[in-house]
Amino acid sequence: MEKKPKMVSMSKRRRTVNIISYITLALISIVWILPFIFLLLKSFDVGNPGVTGYVFPEQWGFDNYIYLFSAETNFLQWYFNTFIIALFVCVIQTAMQFMMSYVLSRFRFKLRKPLMNIMLVLGMFPGFLTMIVLYQILKTFGLTGDNAVPGLILVYCASSGMGYYVSKGFLDTLPKSLDEAALVDGATRAQIFIKVILPLCKPILIYTVLTSFMGPWGDFVFAYTVSLGSQAGMNVAAGLNSWLSAANIGAHFAHFCAGGVIVAIPVMVLFLFLQKYYVEGVTGGAVKG
Amino acid sequence: MKQYSDLELLRLSRSQKFGYKVGLFFKRIPLWFKNLGIKIWGFIKGIGLGIFNWFKTIIMTFIQGDWKTKVSYFVMGFGSIARGQILRGIIFALFEVVFILYMVFFGGHYLSRLYILGEVESAVDAESGTIVYGENSFNILLYGVLTLFFIVAFIYTWNLNIKQNRISEQIIKDNKKLETAQDDLRAMVDKEFHKTLLAIPTIGILIFTVLPIFFMILVAFTNYDANHTPPLNLFGWVGWDNWAQLFTWTNSDGASFSMTFGQILLWTLIWAFFATFSNYFIGMLIAMLINKKGIKLKKLWRTVLVFSIAIPQFISLLFVSNMFKTDGIINGILGTHIDFWGNAILARITVIVINLWIGVPYLMLVVTGILMNIPADLYESANIDGANPWQQYSKITLPYMLFITGPYLLTSFTGNMNNFNVIYLLTGGGPNVQEYYGNAGKTDLLITWLFSLAVNDSNYKLAAVIGIMVFIVVAVLSLVVYNIIPSTRNEEEFQ
Repeated sequence: MEKKPKMVSMSKRRRTVNIISYITLALISIVWILPFIFLLLKSFDVGNPGVTGYVFPEQWGFDNYIYLFSAETNFLQWYFNTFIIALFVCVIQTAMQFMMSYVLSRFRFKLRKPLMNIMLVLGMFPGFLTMIVLYQILKTFGLTGDNAVPGLILVYCASSGMGYYVSKGFLDTLPKSLDEAALVDGATRAQIFIKVILPLCKPILIYTVLTSFMGPWGDFVFAYTVSLGSQAGMNVAAGLNSWLSAANIGAHFAHFCAGGVIVAIPVMVLFLFLQKYYVEGVTGGAVKG
Repeated sequence: MKQYSDLELLRLSRSQKFGYKVGLFFKRIPLWFKNLGIKIWGFIKGIGLGIFNWFKTIIMTFIQGDWKTKVSYFVMGFGSIARGQILRGIIFALFEVVFILYMVFFGGHYLSRLYILGEVESAVDAESGTIVYGENSFNILLYGVLTLFFIVAFIYTWNLNIKQNRISEQIIKDNKKLETAQDDLRAMVDKEFHKTLLAIPTIGILIFTVLPIFFMILVAFTNYDANHTPPLNLFGWVGWDNWAQLFTWTNSDGASFSMTFGQILLWTLIWAFFATFSNYFIGMLIAMLINKKGIKLKKLWRTVLVFSIAIPQFISLLFVSNMFKTDGIINGILGTHIDFWGNAILARITVIVINLWIGVPYLMLVVTGILMNIPADLYESANIDGANPWQQYSKITLPYMLFITGPYLLTSFTGNMNNFNVIYLLTGGGPNVQEYYGNAGKTDLLITWLFSLAVNDSNYKLAAVIGIMVFIVVAVLSLVVYNIIPSTRNEEEFQ
C-alpha cells in the first residue's frame, strides 16, 4: 500500500528519485549481463575464431558447437569427468560438513574448542601450499594423470570438514530442546541426527549440495596439477583453459566461448531453480558465521 | 598522559577526543604485550604441568595396578581381553601389531633418514647406460613426517589403553559390571556418537591438510628447488638460509627476493583493502537501492545480479580478461587501443574494477539480509526528527552494518588476500617486470606468485617461505582485528 503523499512537491520528488533509481538499476543490470551476451554472441561467430573487437559476428553458425562434439576434441570427456566429480563431491562433501557441524553444534566434549581453533588456524594457510604434496600423495596411489578423476574427488572431499561454518551456523539456530525431547523419548544420538535434525536442515542441505556441486566446475588449479596435461583426466576448466594459451587462442577462442556456454547452462539452470536456498545460505551464513 | 573522567571527556572537542583516544590506544600497547606474555607463559606452564601429571599417572597406574594392567604396558589390549572386554582388547592389540609392522618394514627406515634426507645420489650405470636411482629426499621427508604422526597416534592409543585398565580396575573394585562389546557398539551411535561422526572428517583433514602443511613448513628449511628435484637429485636441510633471503636487501643482479616480496606484499594488502571495501560499499548501495520503498521488480534486479555467481568463474573471468585485450571488445567499442594489461597502474585499477563485477552480487545478498533486520522504528523516529537520507545512512545504517559485518569484513579481507582466481585468470599476474624476482608481475598477489614459483620454476623452497609468510600475515591481522572489533560474540550466548 502506498502512503498518501503529504505534499504534492514531495510526491513529485519521490517520483524523480524513483526514476533515477530505475535508470541506475537498469544500467547496473546491463553492465552485469553484458559479458554473457558477448560470450553468447561470440560462440556463434564462425568467421573469426580468435579474439575480436566487434560485438555482432559477421557470419553466424553453429560450427563452434559442432566442433565441441566432434572427434577433434576431448570436450565431451572433460565434461563427463567434471560431471562425475561434481556428483561425487556434492554427496561426500555435504556428508562430511554435516557430520562436522552437527558434532560441533550439539556435543560438548573436551577437545571441541581445540579442534575448532586448530581448524581455524589451518584455514589460514594458503590452500595451494599443499598442492605439490597432494600431487605426490596421489601419485603414490596412481591417481594422477589419466586417473585424475578419483584423485580429484579425494582432494576436494578429504578436508571438506573444515568448511563447517555455514551449516553449523544454521544448526545453532535449531533449538536444543528438540534433541532433549527426543533423548527423553529414548532415541539414540544417531537417531536424533538422522530423524530429527536432518529433516529440519533441508534449506541448508540444499545450499551445501548446490555450492559443492558448483565448486568442481570452476576449479582450475587442482584439476590442472593433478591431471598434469593428460587429456583423459582433465576437467572442463583445465581443458578449456588449454585453448587459451598463446599458441591456441587464435584458433580456439570461439570454441572456448561455445564450451563456456555449454558448461554454464546446466549450472545456471540448477542455480536459478535453487536460488532461494542459495540466498538463504549466504545471508544466514555470513551473519551467524 | 592525563586520564580524563567520562564527564571531562564529553567536554572535549572532537579533535581533542580523537587525539585522546589515539593516545590511549598507544598507551595500552605495552599492557597488551604484557598480557600476551602472561598468556603465553600460562600456556607453556599448562603444557609442562600437563606432561608432568601425565607421567605421574602413567607411573602410578603401573605401580598400583594388578598384573593384567602391568602386562598391558607392553602388550596393548591384554588387560581388556583378560577382563572379558574382547572387542576392545582385539582392537588395541591389532593397532599395536600394525604399528610395529609399519615401523619395521616402512616407517623406521624413513624416520632414520629424516635427519639428512638421503645421501645416496642417483648415478648413470656405466655398462647399460640406465639411471640408477639413489635415495628419494621427497619420500624420506614425506614418509618421515607421516611416521612421526603415526608415532603420536600410537602414544595416544597406548595411553588410552592404560587409561582403560585403570578405569576397569576401579569398576571391578566397586563391584560393578564392565561394559560389554554390545555396550560399546551402542555407545558408538549414542553417547560417543560424536567420535563416530568425527572419525572420517578428522582423518581426512589430518592426511590431506595437516600432513602437507607440516611437510611444506619443513620444505622452507631445505634447498628443494629446480636444481634439487627428486628422484634424480637429492635435497637437504639448509637451516634458515631461505629465510635469510627474505631479509637480504642487497642483491647483485638487482632482482632480489626480499625486494620483490616487499613490493608484492604491499600490493596484496592494497588490493585486499580496495577489493574488500569497494565491494562492501557498492554492494551495500545497490542492496539499499533494490530494497528502497517503492522500487518494483525487486526479485528481477536481484536475480540479474545473482546470475553472475552461477557462471563458473573461470569462464566469466577468462572471457572478461580477453574483452580487455588491446584487440578485445572493450577497445573495439571505444574505438581505442588501450593496453589494459600492459601498464602496471592501469592493470591494477582494471583488476579492482572487474573484481566489483564478481564480488558485488555476493555482497548484495549478504547486505540485503542484514538490512531487513535493522529495526524500522529507528528510521521512523529519525524521519520525525528531520534527519536527511545521508544522516540516516551514516548514523543508523552504516554503524549497524559495520557492527554486524565486522567479522565478515575481516574474513573477506583475508579471503581477498588469497583471491587466486580473480588475479590469475584475469592477468596471470602480469605485466611482468624485470626488476621482480622469479618472473613475478605487477598484479601478482603473494598467492599467485607462490603458484607460479612452484609450478613454473619448481622453486618449492621459496614458495614454502611465501606460504608461511601469508599465514603469518593473515594470522596476525586476524588476531589484532578480533581483539579490536566489538562484534565478536559468544557462541553459547547465541544458541
